[in-house]
Amino acid sequence: MIVYVLCLVLFCVGLYCILRKRNIIKIIIGTIITEYAVNLFFILIGYRMKGRAPILSPDTAIENMVDALPQALVLTAIVIGLATTALLVALAMRIYEKYGTFDITKIRELRR
Amino acid sequence: MSRESEQGMSVIVKTVTRLTVGLILLYGIYILSHGHLSPGGGFAGGVIIALSFVHLMLAYGKEVALRKLPRGAASFFESMGALMFLAISLLGFTAGTFFLNVLGKGEPFRLFSAGIIPLCNIAISLKVGAGLFAIFVALVLLKFESETKK
Amino acid sequence: MIELYILLIFMIVGAIIAVEMKDLLSSIVAVGAVGLALSIVFLILKAPDVAITQLVVELLALIILIRATLKRDLPFSTSGRWFLNTFITVIFIAVFLLIALVCLKDLPKFGYPIMRVSQEYLKDGLLKTGAPNIVAGIILDYRAYDTLGEATILFTAVMGVLAIARRVGRKREGQEDIEDKEEF
Repeated sequence: MIVYVLCLVLFCVGLYCILRKRNIIKIIIGTIITEYAVNLFFILIGYRMKGRAPILSPDTAIENMVDALPQALVLTAIVIGLATTALLVALAMRIYEKYGTFDITKIRELRR
Repeated sequence: MSRESEQGMSVIVKTVTRLTVGLILLYGIYILSHGHLSPGGGFAGGVIIALSFVHLMLAYGKEVALRKLPRGAASFFESMGALMFLAISLLGFTAGTFFLNVLGKGEPFRLFSAGIIPLCNIAISLKVGAGLFAIFVALVLLKFESETKK
Repeated sequence: MIELYILLIFMIVGAIIAVEMKDLLSSIVAVGAVGLALSIVFLILKAPDVAITQLVVELLALIILIRATLKRDLPFSTSGRWFLNTFITVIFIAVFLLIALVCLKDLPKFGYPIMRVSQEYLKDGLLKTGAPNIVAGIILDYRAYDTLGEATILFTAVMGVLAIARRVGRKREGQEDIEDKEEF
């Protein structure tokens, strides 16, 4: 139970960074931290006490394995998170080219 | 030759890169091909292969790396990976439903076993590796209009 | 499980450092430390596939982030607007945490999952798919549609980045063609 609370605190740290910071790179860092927290929550749900990794071996029979389904979901979620981060960084570089700053309070005008 | 020695990083980094880049590529192919026997799989193997080319570009400058894997080849490999994945999945139609595991299962714990899973791993790793390398090249070569006017 | 708690507290402290530092390069390094600790936590929770993928993907994300910020000026970030906004944000996050704590009581106890679907996958994974790595069997045989969707998302993201980073934009009036277009 305390493990879930710690994971949610990490999520809230990332959320605070997205909401409060003014620099676009800081907002991207907040997004990355939030994604880490969500992936960690999935793997925490599927853990089994004294379990083994879900890989069979040819000589010994393995009795209790941890839940393999959340690991399959998180595997694709990690790579999708990388794609999102790359897209955000490309957008930030374009914004810097147009406005000369990373500050989000100064990019209000719609320039032609 | 003197222009190539000016770009990129110092001599120590270039020497170490020459030794390790082949090993990183080989390690990525190992993780990719044993994806059904030990942890790893298509995604991790593809990203490691992309990382080896990125390592080459960071140490030597962009001309040398782009000679090894030009931009047209990267986009060709990515599209080929996606089409191969779709073709393997449509192959399941010959025996029943979409995505059926049609090839023989073989004995477990051998390298050539588990039906279509190794082929799917190869297709996915091609797509992921070439795609991520294309993203990196696009962001590194992004020349702004203000920089070219000066 | 004491190492799990220690690593989680290390991750929270690292995240707070990454959020509050004024120097952008230092905060990117702190995010790298959080990602590395997360990979070790995945190993402790017996998920080796996910640990390998998280390590290499986080490396690539760090390289892309440093490329964006290193060559520009303004490496220092200015802090945000002040006291009222901070207060409202903290109140909102506290309410969110309280409601989440009420919902967390319904989850099964940590370490004893229900695993109704996974029992079928774990029991005859080797017979039906022929792969000893059960996670690879799940993502490429039982749930291959999700992998197809993920391949599509990656393709779209690569197309998006290449479209944003193209050199030829819309021409403004009275401006001639930009020479030597770099085309992808």
